[in-house]
Amino acid sequence: MLIYFNEQLIHVAPELRLFALREQKKPHADLLIINGYPVSEDQVLKEEDRVVLIQRGEQPTAAELEQLMMARHTPGVHEKIKNRCVGIAGVGGLGSTIATALTRVGVGHLIIVDFDLVEPSNLNRQQYFSDQIGLPKVQALQENLRRINPGIKITAIQQRITAENLSNLFGQVDVMVEALDAAEQKAMLTSNFLQKFPETPLVAASGMAGFEASNSIRTRKVAERFYLCGDGTTAAEPGRGLMAPRVGIAAHHQANAVLRLLLGEEPE
Amino acid sequence: MRLKINGQLQNFAQELSISQLLEQLQLVPEQVVVELNREILTVDRHATTRLNDGDTLELIQFVGGG
Repeated sequence: MLIYFNEQLIHVAPELRLFALREQKKPHADLLIINGYPVSEDQVLKEEDRVVLIQRGEQPTAAELEQLMMARHTPGVHEKIKNRCVGIAGVGGLGSTIATALTRVGVGHLIIVDFDLVEPSNLNRQQYFSDQIGLPKVQALQENLRRINPGIKITAIQQRITAENLSNLFGQVDVMVEALDAAEQKAMLTSNFLQKFPETPLVAASGMAGFEASNSIRTRKVAERFYLCGDGTTAAEPGRGLMAPRVGIAAHHQANAVLRLLLGEEPE
Repeated sequence: MRLKINGQLQNFAQELSISQLLEQLQLVPEQVVVELNREILTVDRHATTRLNDGDTLELIQFVGGG
């Protein structure tokens, strides 16, 4: 009979029982999962059951983790994105959140670039921890992303992005993400990238401050290969700050647009 | 001169460069992405690029925050 053991198809004896499988494969396992449900009683396994045996506190190997995570990815998605590369310019509220989502979904290579350090004021919306204050953002984010998914490649570069260096930084990406803060920087990155790389799509964001209605944030195709997420108008300014919920909504619009582009779908 | 800007036709009395058009529309050039007839034009080309009757433009204004 065939079953999936830790997401790999294996041959086992007919009528094999769960505890017997544990004895064979992982005697110290203390978390037994059949077809997505934790179980505590011994039972007879059936053809094509998916059995996962975990020892609490034990870090799975990268290969095991990839198998376990693949089970959570929609069929066909993981294969299409695991060899793709996404560039993220800026890892503040938008970029750190986008990078986290793309790491969880399993994009194979992320290039993250930012010159800045983690500051206390960042913690209201950015994916950093209070014990990371003072670290370069790209270093702190790389550590956090590795803890989520050690199986992907992360290129972390602490540098200010200019019209001159962006070809060197992002020349190899399949999709580019604009996740900077100042309007001038956003326009500079977008214009220069789209002009220099006539084949590569770019996903940018504009307008996500305050606590206006969630549904005012949209994803639009605004020019050739240029997708814009946000409400388009709500700037960060004194009295209207950037906060986790709405910045997170815009960031996940961007992350989903990237995923759709990698899968050959129109983001809009 | 008639220009199609962000999907809308607009009339202009005289010939314009992109820099002059942005000034008339009260847009800050450094905050705007300009696409002219499906080609992106960076800021350094705004002053030297003349617009012609019938041109199609997308002007995308960024606001701060991220």
